[in-house]
Amino acid sequence: MLTLLKRLLYVPVVILLLVTATFFLIRLAPGGPFSAERDLPEEVEKALNAKFRLDQPMLVQYGAMLKDAVRGDFGPSMKHRERTVRQIIAQHLPPSMILGALAIILALWIGITVGTVSALKANSALDYFGMGVTVLGISLPAFVFGPLLQLLFAMRLDWLPVAGYGAPLQLVLPALTLSLPFAARFARLMRAGMLEVLSEDFIRTARSKGLSERIVVLRHAFRGALIPVVSFLGPAIAAITTGSLVVEKIFNIPGLGREFVESALNRDYTLVMGTTIVYGSFIVICNMLSDLSYALLDPRVRR
Amino acid sequence: MPESDSWKSTKQHLIFNNNTEPETLDVHMMTGSPELRLAISLFEGLTSLDPGNLIPRPGVAEDWKISDDRTVYTFRLRENALWSDGSGLTASDFVKSWERALSPATGGAYANLLFCIRGAEAYFKGQETDFTTVGVRAVGTHELEVSLKSPCSYFLELTAFPTFYPVRVDMVEKHGVKWMQPEQLVVNGAFKLSEWAPRQHVILVKNEHYWDADFVKLKKATALPLDDLNTAYQLFLKKEVHWLTGIPQARVEEIRRHPDYFVTPFFGTYFYRFNTTRKPFTDSRVRRALCLATDRREITHHILKSGQLPISTLCPPISGYEPVGGLTYDRDAARKLLADAGYGEGKLRFPPIEILYNTSEAHKTIAEAIAQQWKRNLGITVSARNVEWKIFLNDTKDLLYQVCRSSWIGDYGDPSTFFEIFTGDDGNNRTGWANAKYDELADLAAKEPVQAKRLEIFAMMERILVEEDCPIMPIYRYVNEGMLAENVYGWYENIRDVHSLKYIWLEGE
Repeated sequence: MLTLLKRLLYVPVVILLLVTATFFLIRLAPGGPFSAERDLPEEVEKALNAKFRLDQPMLVQYGAMLKDAVRGDFGPSMKHRERTVRQIIAQHLPPSMILGALAIILALWIGITVGTVSALKANSALDYFGMGVTVLGISLPAFVFGPLLQLLFAMRLDWLPVAGYGAPLQLVLPALTLSLPFAARFARLMRAGMLEVLSEDFIRTARSKGLSERIVVLRHAFRGALIPVVSFLGPAIAAITTGSLVVEKIFNIPGLGREFVESALNRDYTLVMGTTIVYGSFIVICNMLSDLSYALLDPRVRR
Repeated sequence: MPESDSWKSTKQHLIFNNNTEPETLDVHMMTGSPELRLAISLFEGLTSLDPGNLIPRPGVAEDWKISDDRTVYTFRLRENALWSDGSGLTASDFVKSWERALSPATGGAYANLLFCIRGAEAYFKGQETDFTTVGVRAVGTHELEVSLKSPCSYFLELTAFPTFYPVRVDMVEKHGVKWMQPEQLVVNGAFKLSEWAPRQHVILVKNEHYWDADFVKLKKATALPLDDLNTAYQLFLKKEVHWLTGIPQARVEEIRRHPDYFVTPFFGTYFYRFNTTRKPFTDSRVRRALCLATDRREITHHILKSGQLPISTLCPPISGYEPVGGLTYDRDAARKLLADAGYGEGKLRFPPIEILYNTSEAHKTIAEAIAQQWKRNLGITVSARNVEWKIFLNDTKDLLYQVCRSSWIGDYGDPSTFFEIFTGDDGNNRTGWANAKYDELADLAAKEPVQAKRLEIFAMMERILVEEDCPIMPIYRYVNEGMLAENVYGWYENIRDVHSLKYIWLEGE
């Protein structure tokens, strides 16, 4: 309980550090939010700088930004000036979360199944095949796998839509693309975890008691074997929900991943802060929950 | 116009890819083609461009009178021109809108297009705070008088440009930044905004209050923001999209064989800038030598391969303008010039130079080819380096480069749209180059009322720009590539790639 409280206390500290670093780094990067191929008239640039407080000293801007952060309102985006950062996050976070949740479920389901089967049939043809596919899954980037899925399921077979967002079927291909590398990692972790647990003494005891293999695996080995998977779950959730940029682009999903990356490329200072805080908090919380969940699975960590 | 009534039985819902999410629908702020593509269908200026030859035709203005000295335009507005909420569109709407467009706080990159109006520049720069000093006034409800600071042969084309469109200033004041949300946005064009889901679609529907609504055949148009052009192409193949405004370059060979593929010349030039403040580019002989040592044909015919035109001049032929000769590929002349400049065997060693480009596969291939040509033809050391877009903008603006990749797309059909950017104090110059004679000619051209004489002046300017001083090196003329389904009608090819939905319709799907 005490660890939990201590860890919770870290969250705002980590976020503050993150926000501070982001604020100064994005301003150190060359180019500003209003530079464009067509030069802005000087007067317009001045007016925009004043509107977004960019004409004030850096520390004053920093203070104002902290105040905005506490209020949770960064005002309008510097690129899409008629939309506020809050609106953009409210509009684009849900699609990212839905897609990310689906991808995680898929990745766990595929990963745990393939990993368990591979471990139980270790060093068989089935195992080699399964692990071979996972190597492919880890090394095949989304910008190759996504279009391949599109070609097969949307163009050739005509089973699923090419792209878009709104209908449930439109989520299938992007979720699959997004889940693949994670499913592959989960499978390898699950296989390794299962093999390790199966060689432990308490499993031997269980077997010698005459329990069926099914019960040995599901009731005794499974929980322990899951630990490596769970330890990777936190980073995986964070990576899936923040790393959806390519998938969002290929399948035209209105997610936050693209807003996040493009805001940095556009030097959209206000949107950068908003998206960084959202993703930053998310990652910190995911990692914390993942740490805490060890305790539930492995009695040795519970102290 | 359709030959029969068969179009009436189809849905008349056009779906097209607009290539990216529009930054804004505020006509006074917008600069990019995805925004302009929507604006010309949502709004209408005093004039509107003919969809084929782009000659200004009556828009909100039914007709106009031009004074003998060609500086005063009196527009008579249509009495049946209405806003999409049914209220009347008046001359004072234009006065208020132009006042807004001329306010720096509005944030318009194109505000300077209005500077041809008397007093507009002084008002914009804050030297004058009273808007009545600007040469635009409502003479009556439906009569607008515009006084120019000097004759402007392309003024009627400017009035068809979004910066000159009317907006409902009362709605802007009432709703603030939210004025362009579908619930609030009041427009005066052939279509109105029905839905805007960021990164999903923008949906336009026919505006029944538009004065020429009987002519408009489309009922609905959906603009998709797909920046993954491969996905857009798949949707086209599945007949879920009628019109692609761009194609995935990786599949160009396959697409070019498709009957629905189109390619047309475009009003844009791809060129290199030289930083004339940095050695060895301070010497115009060096710049000329590099221009002469470049074989543009190799680039257009072996790399680009979509019918781009190799060129050595900046401005495309437009409004009667004939480009000058420019410096075409001539290896021997290039070597001789470089030797004259003091480089070569037994003389100074030419320093290694670097071509800067913004990250893109196409820019990279071209930069590498040009580096290779310069190496081969002049025996010099050339490298190419890429940087991210915002850094690129920063470095070119602050002259932190030697040679850089550039492009320019004309805004209106007059050569000045290309030549004005290289005057000494223009923010788009970015070469550090200034030539008093060139600037003087630019002033002359702006004041000259006789078009034939203006064209002569432009030719003189171009000769300085691409034959004598060469702060830039033109490479090729852009083409506009895309796909258009065969059941789309009323879509005209034109050099500026402007296609108002007003003229488009669909036949039996």
